[in-house]
Amino acid sequence: MPGKLKAKIVAGRHLPVMDRASDLTDAFVEVKFGNTTFKTDVFPKSLNPQWNSEWFKFEVDDEDLQDEPLQITVLDHDTYSANDAIGKVYIDIDPLLSSEAATVISGWFPIYDTIHGIRGEINVLVKVDLFNDLNRFRQSSCGVRFFCTTSIPLCYRAVVVHGFVEELVVNEDPEYQWIDRIRTPRASNEARQRLISLMSGELQRKIGLKVLEMGGNAVVGYLQCFDLEGESGLVVRAIGTACTLEKLSGGGATNNAQHTANSSPSKDMKEPVFGDECPSNPLSSGPSTPLRAPPFTSFSPSKSYSRQSSSSDTDISLTPKTGMGSGGSAGKEAGPLKILLRQQTQTALEQREFPFFTLTSFPQGFLLHVAGVVSARSVKLLDRIHNPALGSTRSYKLLDWSSCSADEPETRDAWWEELRQEIKSHARALGCHAVVGYSESTSICEEVCILSASGTAAVLNCRFLQDGCLDVLSEHRCDDSAPPGCGFCHVPYDELNMPFPAQLSPCCCCHRTKVPDVLFTTIDLPTDAQVTGKGCLIQARLCRLKKKSQGEGNATCISNLLPFLEYELHTQLLNKLKLCGMNALFGLCIQISVGENMLVGLASATGVYLSALPSPGGIQIAGKTPNDLTYDQHVSSIQRKINDTIVKNRELYEIHITEVAEDVIGSPIPEPRQRSRLFRSHSESSDELSELDLSHGKKDAFVLEIDDTDAVEDLHSLLTDAPTPPGFYSCNTEIMPGIYNWTSAIQMFTSVRVFRLNNANLTNLGLNKIFNELCENLLKSLYFKLRSMVPCCLCRLNFTVAVPEDELIQVCLLCVCVSVRVSIAETEEQLQFPLELNAESASPLSPKGSGTPSVDYSSFADRCSSWIEQLRLRAHTIRRGSIKTSSSPLPEGRSRSLRSTRSFPGSSVSVVKMTPLSFIPGAKIVKYLGIINMFFIRETTSLREEGGVSGFLHAFIAEVFAMVRAHVAALGGNAVVSYSMKECVFMENPNKNQAQCLINVSGDAVIFTRESDQEGHLPQTSHPQPTEDTPP
Amino acid sequence: MSVELDVFVGNTTIMDEEVYQLWLDGYTVDDAVAVRMEGGALQVFEASMEVLHSDTMDQFRTFQMCERLLYYPSKLTNQLLFQIPPQKQAMLIERYYEFDSTFAREVLGKKLSKGTKKDLDDISTKTGITLKSCRRQFDNFKRVFKVVEELKGPLVENVQHHFLLSDALARDYAAIVFFANSRFETGKRKLQYLSFQDFAFCAGQLISNWTVGAVDNMMEDMDVDLEKDFLHNLKELKILINDKDMLDQHRNLVCAQLRGKITVFGEMEANFKNLSRALVNIAAKLTHTKDVRDLFIDLVEKFVEPCRSDRWAIGDVRLFLTHYTSTAHSLDSFRYQQIWERYMGVIKSCILKMYHD
Repeated sequence: MPGKLKAKIVAGRHLPVMDRASDLTDAFVEVKFGNTTFKTDVFPKSLNPQWNSEWFKFEVDDEDLQDEPLQITVLDHDTYSANDAIGKVYIDIDPLLSSEAATVISGWFPIYDTIHGIRGEINVLVKVDLFNDLNRFRQSSCGVRFFCTTSIPLCYRAVVVHGFVEELVVNEDPEYQWIDRIRTPRASNEARQRLISLMSGELQRKIGLKVLEMGGNAVVGYLQCFDLEGESGLVVRAIGTACTLEKLSGGGATNNAQHTANSSPSKDMKEPVFGDECPSNPLSSGPSTPLRAPPFTSFSPSKSYSRQSSSSDTDISLTPKTGMGSGGSAGKEAGPLKILLRQQTQTALEQREFPFFTLTSFPQGFLLHVAGVVSARSVKLLDRIHNPALGSTRSYKLLDWSSCSADEPETRDAWWEELRQEIKSHARALGCHAVVGYSESTSICEEVCILSASGTAAVLNCRFLQDGCLDVLSEHRCDDSAPPGCGFCHVPYDELNMPFPAQLSPCCCCHRTKVPDVLFTTIDLPTDAQVTGKGCLIQARLCRLKKKSQGEGNATCISNLLPFLEYELHTQLLNKLKLCGMNALFGLCIQISVGENMLVGLASATGVYLSALPSPGGIQIAGKTPNDLTYDQHVSSIQRKINDTIVKNRELYEIHITEVAEDVIGSPIPEPRQRSRLFRSHSESSDELSELDLSHGKKDAFVLEIDDTDAVEDLHSLLTDAPTPPGFYSCNTEIMPGIYNWTSAIQMFTSVRVFRLNNANLTNLGLNKIFNELCENLLKSLYFKLRSMVPCCLCRLNFTVAVPEDELIQVCLLCVCVSVRVSIAETEEQLQFPLELNAESASPLSPKGSGTPSVDYSSFADRCSSWIEQLRLRAHTIRRGSIKTSSSPLPEGRSRSLRSTRSFPGSSVSVVKMTPLSFIPGAKIVKYLGIINMFFIRETTSLREEGGVSGFLHAFIAEVFAMVRAHVAALGGNAVVSYSMKECVFMENPNKNQAQCLINVSGDAVIFTRESDQEGHLPQTSHPQPTEDTPP
Repeated sequence: MSVELDVFVGNTTIMDEEVYQLWLDGYTVDDAVAVRMEGGALQVFEASMEVLHSDTMDQFRTFQMCERLLYYPSKLTNQLLFQIPPQKQAMLIERYYEFDSTFAREVLGKKLSKGTKKDLDDISTKTGITLKSCRRQFDNFKRVFKVVEELKGPLVENVQHHFLLSDALARDYAAIVFFANSRFETGKRKLQYLSFQDFAFCAGQLISNWTVGAVDNMMEDMDVDLEKDFLHNLKELKILINDKDMLDQHRNLVCAQLRGKITVFGEMEANFKNLSRALVNIAAKLTHTKDVRDLFIDLVEKFVEPCRSDRWAIGDVRLFLTHYTSTAHSLDSFRYQQIWERYMGVIKSCILKMYHD
């Protein structure tokens, strides 16, 4: 009995009326864990019962503690008939199992019912007493910490990064069992919620075991996903990066540290004094790191680690675990110059089956070179894996879902394994030994499933890999060939032996090494990267019609379409990138969703101008029929438009390049068009495994032949993208390149739209246009909604597309809007003084950075703030004006102004911030309380009464937010970071007045404190700025 | 192509005060969009009509979901569903409970029952306030009435405590509750010239001077009803008009004070007995519930109108009432000074408030 779980039910409030006669409720509570159930007394006739129960004690295995949630059911006692359920609360007790996380769960939880939504709240107290268990054969992995954050958590230091961990569990979906026909929707939903909760618990436990085996104590970048495969089952899978973390004694690095580091890429170059200070700080002296030191010190090879389910690792050399420094298998394709480096690093990494890292941002010095994006996709038929065993064990499995047929995960494992091998070989082809920013996803339609994996091929620092000791950092950089600002852009592959045709040119920063002309990556912009100007969100959107078909034919059809889709997305991205006058993409995420009659592709990334890369070429328009005069005019008018756009964008994003780039634009001689190489291979299964190597990102100058319908389309999508309105910036990465003065006013939101395509015979072109408009309109709506926050930045803008039904396209969006403080570096005013600024910051004697030119500073600031003032004023006066009209039909109402002095009764609800970022602007994360991973189902049979589909989903999303906030608050936290919505499956049947929705969210619960919290009223200051109507 | 579903949910609930007002005023989404467009919302960030429509829909939905919580504002402050900053919560509540005085004037003194609710159609057409808005306002009155009716302690504080309203708004609600409870007649043609604010002021006077809670500030006391003993004692004032000597003496004292000070001295002197009789008779009749209801109509008919027909200026009325009240103390055999003060204090301020065109 290694654990004792204790729960106490304190009280309830706002309960629904269950007895119509008395307008009251006789509520009691059932507390269930595993197979043990306790009940409280009935608290008669009250909507605000006070149970104040005894402590219910469950003595359980720690294995169960990890797998099972605590299940609290609130019921209405009924003397004559069956007791009615009011709703449930599932509490994941995992955060209590680690000594460093939360110690108690205590607070008000919304009582949730899958049919009625939130029905009142219940106050619960939960504790766990853990006994030490030294059993080596244990099945539990208590104490392993999980983080959704894809970087080393802010108040930790990574002692060792062990590497990739993955696991998946498969089960039957309760929704598709025969019993579902006779049980109520509520019972079915609850069975599903409970099962998924169990499966995620099991998954985490299993991954935890692997981590312990590797000698780690935490998983960073934990990404858990569900595949609702319908008839063929339910897959819960997860990947992550195993680490050994050590808590920083100094209370934790503030994100400010990250920010200053980030905001000073130029300092590193221009102020050698400051730059050298950093490495001379010996980190080995203790865990208290200096401000700028990366929270990551070494990268020791762990013992080789093979998955239980792995079967065919034939081509991977599993070198002995202590084989450090020995030559091992040198990269075959490596050039002579790099062989040494490769030898060292590869030995360390090749011991790992998959040298993958789910992290997207890294400590300084960790990332040496980045080659480009590697991705692989495969199309699978789900009905093919129908297992004969499945039919026979059906009746058994109904009784016990947690037991799953043994061979099923194997199939899924094999699929992913294939894909990962693919990725690995792509990375190798690029001369890289590791893949960073790695992620996996699926898209399922009926029995067809597209599996996708992508990441960024990279070379990691050999010193990090070679040495396990702590003082690595002090040595590093002394003889480092790569300067910090541009090193990661340098190509890792050899120029003479390039894996694909590409254009290399000398690095614009150090002029020592070659760089590619364009760089695509899935990671965040490295903090030390040198960037010119600002970044912006770049999206490529594409729809392709597909014939409706079944089974294998369908799968073949899809896999035939995939490469073209990817190629076009890629072209579009590149064109848009050039149109913005930029040369690199970060945080690239390409989603391809499959529907019955179409494929939808959406690629999002943040474009930047990396100072190290050459200035991007222009876009050249060419007509096919040059004789026609009017046609020529048409062509040249388009050409002019494009050139104008490029110039305008350069202004907008403040990309000022010293070498005059304008020459390149519209240069009459287009460079030869280079295609990214497509290569395909066949996997053993008859389903085709198509792969497309986008890594090169190597196309230049673009001849768009506008006779070609595709080109017209490209052109159209290029030019229809509306620029972001003034005061708005957007990116899909954690930090916006070029913007540093963030305020603490943040607003996280989720937006969902579903479009019905009424026109049955649409062309690809028409479809594209519609999809494009859909996304653009969504963005426009956001700008309008968030107008009171300007100037602001939309960060981590995350789009998800799905094709839920025949003619429906669903777009989900999760994003955080952060207000930006105005400063001289931020405004357009800067445009007028670029020379002064440059001259000032280039001089090494300048006191601090580029931000303080000795010229009239104050007038700068004045002008900037007045610009902002104007923007706000505009919004304000408009609002004023319309208020007048709105009240015009009435005789002047008595508009009472609220007295600000009036004390408003303090609400008992604590404010919880939510953000998809891994940090909170202007605040310091002091403690990570545990992972939040929740799955909810909501169903209704009275869709119209609940305000239609929009009303239904609006309420549900608000409820999900409320439940996440309640759980975080109960853990003692005041924020969720790295929040994401993994799944949002919406199904409706308006004829039956029904709808159902599934949402899966995750994030890290944290406690933060304000940096400027001297006054000490945290509750006041932690209120997010009201996003509307705050007159400046 | 059509938008099937369109939602936007913020962690901090986004609410635009202007849209909220439109919603409160009972606009449909389309009308609200039209109003916003007129107001120039389209100029902000090149917003299109669809953008505006989608935003309006979102917000209207949010308000609808919040409405249930606004019925009992304390719920809004400790609910978990919407994360709303406290100032914003206060705004939501205050605005939700604000009402149009023209509407309130129509309902004032009526029984807050289903029957009245049926008349809302007429009120809506008469006042030009949308039916939806009328319903909200009426339901607010009714809800506040129901909660506060049986509570002990000061009325205004009760309203404020249970509905978290500002002081001024709470006072107005207290007036509405008070009028609805005592069912004062306000609908007569002769009273039509009086505004809601006039009545609200009078109600405030009555509440703070004539109710049980007014004399001893014990918390157990009810603030909604007039003090029975006091009303009973008012009968004693009849001596002022029944005793011929006293009446003459009173008149002489008043005339002595006012001579040369008011323009309508002659009329006053001639009318003194009638006016005095009117005021004292009103006082004496207040023991009957029916006559309490007629308090305002009586004041208008018996006092305000005669004075107005003689073209008394408001200053004249004030002077007259002041001295009429104070000189009673000099009457030798008049022993009901306290009751007189309490009665005349309220009557004086009510009359002064009601004395306009």
